Amino acid sequence: MRTPFLLLCFISAATAAGESQIALKGGQEKDKAAAQCAMCHSLDYITMNATVLDEAGWERTVDKMINVMGAPINGEDRQAIIDYLARNYGK
Amino acid sequence: MVDRRNFIRKAASGLAALGGLSLLQRSGPAAEPIAPDRDEPATLLDALPGKNALIRKSHRPPNYETPVGYFDAPFTPNGRFFVRYHHASIPEVKANEWRLRIGGNAVRTPLELTLDQLRRDFKAVEIAALCVCSGNRRGFFQPRVPGVQWGSGAMGNALWRGIRLRDVLVWAGIGETALEVSLDGADSGVLEKTPDFIKSLPLAKALDENTLIALEMNGEPLPHWNGFPARLVVPGWTATYWIKHLTAVSVTSTPCDSYWMRTAYRIPKDRFAGGQFLSQETEANMPVTEILVNSLITNLLEGQTSPDNKSLEIRGVAWDGGSGIARVEISTDGGTRWHPATLEQDYGRFSWRQWRYAFHPDRAGTYQVMARATSRSGASQPFEPIANPSGYHHNAVQQIALRVA
Repeated sequence: MRTPFLLLCFISAATAAGESQIALKGGQEKDKAAAQCAMCHSLDYITMNATVLDEAGWERTVDKMINVMGAPINGEDRQAIIDYLARNYGK
Repeated sequence: MVDRRNFIRKAASGLAALGGLSLLQRSGPAAEPIAPDRDEPATLLDALPGKNALIRKSHRPPNYETPVGYFDAPFTPNGRFFVRYHHASIPEVKANEWRLRIGGNAVRTPLELTLDQLRRDFKAVEIAALCVCSGNRRGFFQPRVPGVQWGSGAMGNALWRGIRLRDVLVWAGIGETALEVSLDGADSGVLEKTPDFIKSLPLAKALDENTLIALEMNGEPLPHWNGFPARLVVPGWTATYWIKHLTAVSVTSTPCDSYWMRTAYRIPKDRFAGGQFLSQETEANMPVTEILVNSLITNLLEGQTSPDNKSLEIRGVAWDGGSGIARVEISTDGGTRWHPATLEQDYGRFSWRQWRYAFHPDRAGTYQVMARATSRSGASQPFEPIANPSGYHHNAVQQIALRVA
């Protein structure tokens, strides 16, 4: 069921407490991945799956987020995020 | 009959009362199971609002599992019951504003029902049933598979009270073309494009007398994080069908084509026994459905040292998809010899069954403790998990190294 946007903002704020403590690896390059992925889910989804996926696996995952889940990530950012995840959290 | 609230309280305090005999109690009541993945940040205990501390797997959407020590009781306390969401938009439903819509192209009279109407107009029923995530123990698969890296705690046993889904469907009238019943809850994705978490059941399972719209859990209203004010309870089937914050039930003449039915929660066909869902099967795969026979040791942890070298009790739970547990056998030598465990009270074929075994070690050293359950239908646990791409149905025999000083 769809939730009104204002209500949704409230819920997101309420459930995000503590989430900001999740630290991703890498320097500036992590910011793009963090910003795009955190639109829908906390970044512990990335750390939880560290070393589970190789580069092809992370590519499949990012493509699932774009093509199935509807993440508005453009082609350039897509490649940067895949590279970042494979380098820092790849098998 | 025992008053239910008192019964639950007793069951919960039974965990503490039995603690005098419990290894886990001696090593601390909130002892954590070994994290399935050593690369993961240290296992984190954290309490969602209104819940007690659980092991956090992810913040948003919230995914939290129960420390195994809380399974050392007939029923899992509501505050410690696991939490699993696919989407991060989870409204706090107000009971007086909540409505259940019954619709679909194969229903005779679409209805909208309030909580009061459900309570007043339909017969209340109660059932003990295990709720277990399809991906419970995913973190133990080798090679590893992506997804929430669950340990053994994405499950819980509870007394569910509510009304039969069948009674509501019959009241609305089921059309002759009805094939499936699809279910939607109040939670949704953050983005408009994210496929809503909609699941379906074959008509026969929806009409099963054990399939409930539950309003209470262990004698209390459902906690928010477990689906307040109403959730589906599908005894014998994995928790993916147990839709929380249920808002819509649709009787349809065509198979549900949501992403969560068509693509997700799929297993290779013919690799697992039972649990057909013909209208959702393809040549290659089928939906994960029926819970497999399984067991868990609940009072020992991997690598634990026994403080007692004379005798100790090994305890656990065993369950299956609804035939019931016939026997549980214990090995303390890594699977060479097996000994029958004593089965505890039977709360019904969809509940887990507690068991215990008195172990008398005859020397100091390390013992490989294993438990293996066999169902009344004759199914037993394999020694290796059955491989499948998404890591569902992990029911391999568990092995715990126990050091006796």
